[in-house]
Amino acid sequence: MTEKNPGIIELHIPSRLGYEKIAMNTAASTARIMGFSDERVEDLKTAVAEACINAMEHGNKFDESLSVGIILSMSDDSLEVKVVDTGAGTQGHGTAPDIDRKMHEEEKARGMGMFLIQALVDEAEWVSSPPTGSYARMVIRLHPASESLERR
Amino acid sequence: MQEKSTQVKLDEVQCGDGAPITVLRFAGDITSASQAAVLGTYEALPQDAQRILLDFSKVEYLNSSGIALVIQLMIAASKHGQTIKTFGLTPHFQKVFTMVGITKYTSLYPDEQTACAAFTA
Repeated sequence: MTEKNPGIIELHIPSRLGYEKIAMNTAASTARIMGFSDERVEDLKTAVAEACINAMEHGNKFDESLSVGIILSMSDDSLEVKVVDTGAGTQGHGTAPDIDRKMHEEEKARGMGMFLIQALVDEAEWVSSPPTGSYARMVIRLHPASESLERR
Repeated sequence: MQEKSTQVKLDEVQCGDGAPITVLRFAGDITSASQAAVLGTYEALPQDAQRILLDFSKVEYLNSSGIALVIQLMIAASKHGQTIKTFGLTPHFQKVFTMVGITKYTSLYPDEQTACAAFTA
């Protein structure tokens, strides 16, 4: 039998809207078991759902024959989530949406996913590695740096 | 697997002596698949509906595409000179709405009574 890392959970979902909830709920269950607060679990749920939707839409172009991989890696003080697709990687940035421009229809109402991911987790990066695939990597920590400083 | 659909119930409530307030009560998921439910319902409102409440208390899942539809609804309401107030968001989505700046264009309230009263305050 192949030995596997017990701290890693991996799943694959089709590139079909709605399935991101499977990844979102798996990540939430994992975070709860690890002891994350309800607030952090909610942050993670939104970040994971948005990363999966981006992977389905921009990475896999909603090709249902392509799956999105989700790898959850647990450590003593953090949970890392990688969301992998087959695309060339994202060119966008998680810049804050300009609500005034949106309200004046000078920018699309959509396009807040990357911003939300970056704002809700402790660490976020997008890695482009074609042809094997690209991924979004997110980390939430049980004791973020600001909390550690406060406790000192 | 099908995405859970968005349900929208239209209500009219009276608060104080003012004109009736139109309430859009959302339930289920609000995602990119909710355009007809969110914008279609808004567009079917009577022209004289000037005060609108958005009720999110029964929303189970909301993502950035769903939030974009809420922004589109607010753009349309702004063009018609309508005022929108919002209640029933979870603390997490109150935070998300604040992060994206929506709170500049709609005030968030914890419950219907408070939101309703704010129209007459």
